[in-house]
Amino acid sequence: MFHEVWILFKKDLLQEFRSKAAINAIFLFSIVTLTAVSYSIGSHAISDFILAALLWIVIVFSALSAFSHIFLKEEEAQTADTLKLIAQPTPIFLSKWLFNTLLLTLLLMVIVPLFVGVFNFQVKNMPLLLLSIFLGDIGLASGGTIVAALIAKASRRGALFSVLSFPILLPVMVVGISAAQIAFTQEGSPLFPSEITALFAYDVVLFTTSLMLFDFIWND
Amino acid sequence: MKLQVNNLYKRYNRRYILKDISFTAARGQSIALTGPNGSGKTTLIKVLSQIVRPDKGEVHFSIGDTVIPREELNRHIGLVGPYLQLYQELTAYENLIFIAGLRRVDNAGDRIKKLAAEVGLEKHMHRAVHTYSSGMKQRLKYMFALMGDPDYLFVDEPTSNLDKAGIAWVYRLLARWKKEKVLVFATNDEPDLEFADKVVSVVS
Repeated sequence: MFHEVWILFKKDLLQEFRSKAAINAIFLFSIVTLTAVSYSIGSHAISDFILAALLWIVIVFSALSAFSHIFLKEEEAQTADTLKLIAQPTPIFLSKWLFNTLLLTLLLMVIVPLFVGVFNFQVKNMPLLLLSIFLGDIGLASGGTIVAALIAKASRRGALFSVLSFPILLPVMVVGISAAQIAFTQEGSPLFPSEITALFAYDVVLFTTSLMLFDFIWND
Repeated sequence: MKLQVNNLYKRYNRRYILKDISFTAARGQSIALTGPNGSGKTTLIKVLSQIVRPDKGEVHFSIGDTVIPREELNRHIGLVGPYLQLYQELTAYENLIFIAGLRRVDNAGDRIKKLAAEVGLEKHMHRAVHTYSSGMKQRLKYMFALMGDPDYLFVDEPTSNLDKAGIAWVYRLLARWKKEKVLVFATNDEPDLEFADKVVSVVS
């Protein structure tokens, strides 16, 4: 199965390398959002608690702007039937999930240092911030991938992706904000506070449920 | 090698597209599906290819006395149809390497060369698929279907978009295929029916 996942993932990477559709969407959206937030705040001093919320707002909404693309492109190009013919549902889901995880990881590698630089503040517990963002990345990619599969077949997609994803991804965002607040303000805080446990547990539940549901969504 | 279709039903909304379809085909037999437009030929081909699940009924694929498990079926099936699209941003070669990877084809490069020479696309392998004409795409779809040397070949409108040379090649393929494997094709063209051992009329 891992062989199939790798072949499918490589195909998605090659397609993205040619079209750059998802990567352009996610990076442009995040940079524009970050710029807008930075200009609206200006030189006013804002608390670290609000900064934590702003960081996660930028991350979640950038992810929402790009994740729906992964299945939509298969439906729009009428290649979904081709995929159904040549591959099993589980490797398809895993390859798409892997692609969305990689996409968001690349974004985070750019947006987090940029965010810290633009707002010029010091992160007191960097390992905790990185761990919470990594777990958040996995959760967002799991929820985003399954909702993308769900809405790809809908005739009126419009804002459907954001509307359906938001309640699923909200726990990741809320716990992520809480973990970021600790990381921004508390030096020497533990690496595994309850926020990390909660994020990990939610990731496991979301990933497993998505994997189990995908077969029904994909073949229905 | 055998294909057995038992009492197949498929409906969209409340309308039955397929109703109580049954037939069998063994190795060396070919089945032609005929029927007016909208009668369900394409739906039946999609159900046989495992793209669409039936509401009722069963499709069994077997080699000898062993039924092929569902999770292994896609390695045994090849499909050519107007609705089956290849990846337009990728080159023909990349599309074929992709399917060869999934089907674990040994010496994929040699197989691609051989098939490309057969269908007359050897000089166009490194062009993006979106630059192909509809006839070239149809030839490429045959290559895509044949890459893994499937045991069962399903073809919807075998000669659509093809010129005389292309049609002649497809007829040679169908003649060879009906002897070696299990072939099911949907058509309303009289000349295509010459390649059928049995004709199944599909009426929704």
